[in-house]
Amino acid sequence: MIGKSFVKSVVKDLLKLASIELPSDVKEALRAAYEREVEVLPKMQLKAILDNIELAEKTGTPLCQDTGVHVVYVKLGCVEVEGLEDAIREGVAEATASIPLRPNAVHPLTRKNPGTNVGLKMPYIYIEKIKDSFLEITVMPKGAGSENMSALAMLTPAAGLKGVKEFILQTVIKAGGQPCPPGILGVGIGGTADVAMKLAKEALLRPLGSRNPDPEVAKLEEELLESLNGLGIGPMGLGGKTTLLGVNIEVAYTHTASLPVAVNYQCWAARRATARIYPDGRVEFTSHKGGEKGVG
Amino acid sequence: MAEYRLTTPLEEKTARELTVGDVVYLSGIIYTARDEAHIHILEDLRKGREVNIPLKGAVIYHCGPILKREDGGWKVIAAGPTTSSRMNPLEPEFIEKMGIKGVIGKGGMSKQVGEALAKHGAVYFSFTGGAAVLAANRIKAVKGVYYEELGMAEAVWVLEVKEFGPLIVGMDAKGNSLYEKVELEVGRNLAKVRHMLGI
Repeated sequence: MIGKSFVKSVVKDLLKLASIELPSDVKEALRAAYEREVEVLPKMQLKAILDNIELAEKTGTPLCQDTGVHVVYVKLGCVEVEGLEDAIREGVAEATASIPLRPNAVHPLTRKNPGTNVGLKMPYIYIEKIKDSFLEITVMPKGAGSENMSALAMLTPAAGLKGVKEFILQTVIKAGGQPCPPGILGVGIGGTADVAMKLAKEALLRPLGSRNPDPEVAKLEEELLESLNGLGIGPMGLGGKTTLLGVNIEVAYTHTASLPVAVNYQCWAARRATARIYPDGRVEFTSHKGGEKGVG
Repeated sequence: MAEYRLTTPLEEKTARELTVGDVVYLSGIIYTARDEAHIHILEDLRKGREVNIPLKGAVIYHCGPILKREDGGWKVIAAGPTTSSRMNPLEPEFIEKMGIKGVIGKGGMSKQVGEALAKHGAVYFSFTGGAAVLAANRIKAVKGVYYEELGMAEAVWVLEVKEFGPLIVGMDAKGNSLYEKVELEVGRNLAKVRHMLGI
């Protein structure tokens, strides 16, 4: 049995790790972008980003003041877990006070802020059952600047692949410098409206440089990345070669009369952290290099 | 492209001298103001209530910081800029009524805001989005807070800064906008990008 207080402490560790330190793949991509840029303004933006990453790690401070709202992905293996959802909610509230995180979660209409990042259906928790014998929890704190640039199009089959590409292109142009580029594009194609949007966000959980297992989709990821970087929006929308660090696409079968496309834009501060908890008390932080941790 | 070290409050003359692409480091006092602060201050003005924040010549910062109580005061933990475009509908009136001479944010602002900057002699500064620890490092003290009831992110925090930057002049008082320049560039690149995508 994995106890509730243990799950809670791992959730707090995950939120701290995610908000302070970027995953290894994102840091590497940002360093490569800095090397690639030649003009003064984009280079200056990436220099500030790299300095900020270093300073955040050194001081143990959240690297961006928008510490997001919390969508939590759980993979529940064949293990017994006590009070999983309560543990996550309490972990978010306690981490908000202790790290501290910015209290972002408000009622959508009254805008009332409980100050804990916990409210009705927030944190939002997805639970997927798996066959392994561990519990895996991923947190993805995501700011509103990039989330507000999300878009969904319910295209029809006649629009085809060209329509999909056109919609993604227009979404990136419209977003411009607002979602803190260079960012990552999460794209969901197919399913229903809600499934496409969910896939778009899940695509962002995949590390940079990984490709969709379907070669056709992988080709589309690479084609979009190279082409869209030709737009010249650049870091912070001030011009330059790097608008995107990556394009990740997830696909689901859809209705014969539908072609949903969803885009979830991620900022350069692409924060995520994953931990695997084993019944014997071992915890592995798999998103960050050197992520072994003993019994907590 | 010149580099300046300026002190707040800004004089209209100083603001008018700046050109897009210039790099500026600011010292003095800046005031955070985002969605709710804009809405409430303008509403108070419309209702004839007194707004006693000394914003004449001030530089405002589109920022919802993270702060921590420390030794009876406040300490800024992280304070990067927020997306400025959300304030587009409110900023022209805010600049005019409050006498703002500088706006710090990210992502740029609308043509209407650009016109207000030109009319009243003010500038828009771009600070690297997400560079919140870098920003906090240049904030030396929290001198006060207005509208605290709006919550940590939305309150107006009075921040004493030293060499706050690098800020890029993104929109100047001469009607220039770096964002419009990039938009034109994107427009020019569009045919090539479409061709690459086969659309």
